[in-house]
Amino acid sequence: MLDRDAKKVLIGKRIAQELCDGDYVNLGIGLPVEVANHIPQGIRVFFQSENGILGAGPAPAPGKEDPDLINAGGGPITAIPGAAYFDSFLSFSLIRGGHINMTVLGALQVDARGNIANWMIPGKLVPGIGGAMDLVSGAKQVVAAMEHVDKDGNPKILEHCTLPLTGAGVVTLIVTDMAVIRVTPAGLRLVEVASWTTVDDVVAATEAKLIIDGQVGVFS
Amino acid sequence: MAKIISGREAAALVAPGSRIMVSGFLACGAPAWLLDCLVEAGPKDLHLVAISTDYDDRGIGRLITAKLVKSCQVSHIGTNKTTQAQYKNKELDIEFVPQGILMERIRCHGAGLGGVFSPVGVGTPVAEGKETLTENGKTYILERPISADVALIKAKKADTLGNLVYSKMARNCNPIMAMGAPITIVEVDEIVEPGQIDPEEVVTPGCLVQYLVRKGE
Repeated sequence: MLDRDAKKVLIGKRIAQELCDGDYVNLGIGLPVEVANHIPQGIRVFFQSENGILGAGPAPAPGKEDPDLINAGGGPITAIPGAAYFDSFLSFSLIRGGHINMTVLGALQVDARGNIANWMIPGKLVPGIGGAMDLVSGAKQVVAAMEHVDKDGNPKILEHCTLPLTGAGVVTLIVTDMAVIRVTPAGLRLVEVASWTTVDDVVAATEAKLIIDGQVGVFS
Repeated sequence: MAKIISGREAAALVAPGSRIMVSGFLACGAPAWLLDCLVEAGPKDLHLVAISTDYDDRGIGRLITAKLVKSCQVSHIGTNKTTQAQYKNKELDIEFVPQGILMERIRCHGAGLGGVFSPVGVGTPVAEGKETLTENGKTYILERPISADVALIKAKKADTLGNLVYSKMARNCNPIMAMGAPITIVEVDEIVEPGQIDPEEVVTPGCLVQYLVRKGE
């Protein structure tokens, strides 16, 4: 079993390998932010933040923070040379209009049909929707970055989501600390398992039926 | 032609029970001085339209903490524990609106449109009770305009005609909310004479602005 930080690195690193040179990418708050730390050598990607920038750069050195430059989680960022600022209307037009190649979001649950739930737990927690519903409806690739099971060990990849949805049939790829799973019209296809675990353990930790055909790869 | 007033005079334009729109994204680009003045004036039973309720002690959250808000249309409350508590205790009524759709709905009002058909939230609670349209096999829901009585926004600089320029990502929802109400009050850092802002740089034209307030005045 990996600790929380090791899981984060494993997931972030693997998602980064999905990126192509020149991609425009939106990273959700929390786990997805890790992807930015693992961009493969030789490719250049541009980060969009829904609060109004294309070309977001890393956090500034302490003392150099600018209150007018923040990421979607409120943390300080920088703007790379060649960055563009715009208002929220244009920002979400870019998102919904299919002009962003990939969005990476955290998830409470995903299911066999590519449904995703990440905005509320009725009676318990209602952080709200933010930009997530726009992002999943418009980005070309919607990647769910998540721990494979919840803190009690229950599966989060289900046959049917039980929580209110953020988007229906929108997820294209699921990357967890245990597996890489592609959402296909036929269902969820197991593409790779993490080197620290096994196909059998992944199947046991997944409520949804996994399609396993041919060689299952390994990632670490 | 925009009129220059004080923050206190601006707050007096917000009547108890009115609908207000307040700009900012997690307090970035929020009119902090106007919020100070509004909290001091204390009009109750407001309906709030905003991206989020920011933080308990910073940005729009101060209106929630001061218990001035009765209902709101927002996209997110995850950074504000007071909002979450008031919502749970049913002191505060919330309609959650996807952030980009909140922008579209305000823009619809400002642009004279009756609504917009959107794919966002189809198959989720957001779609419940809304009219649908199916086009090329894809389903859209009808999202209706959102307006307010008064919009409180923030810009970096204005000229006396009300033309506005913003600072970096503090622009966010400000230009959209400038179209959302018949009375738009703008907090600015600086007011200059007409001609001192290059027309190429104006983001919000002056016809959308009724009042200007210099930060701290």
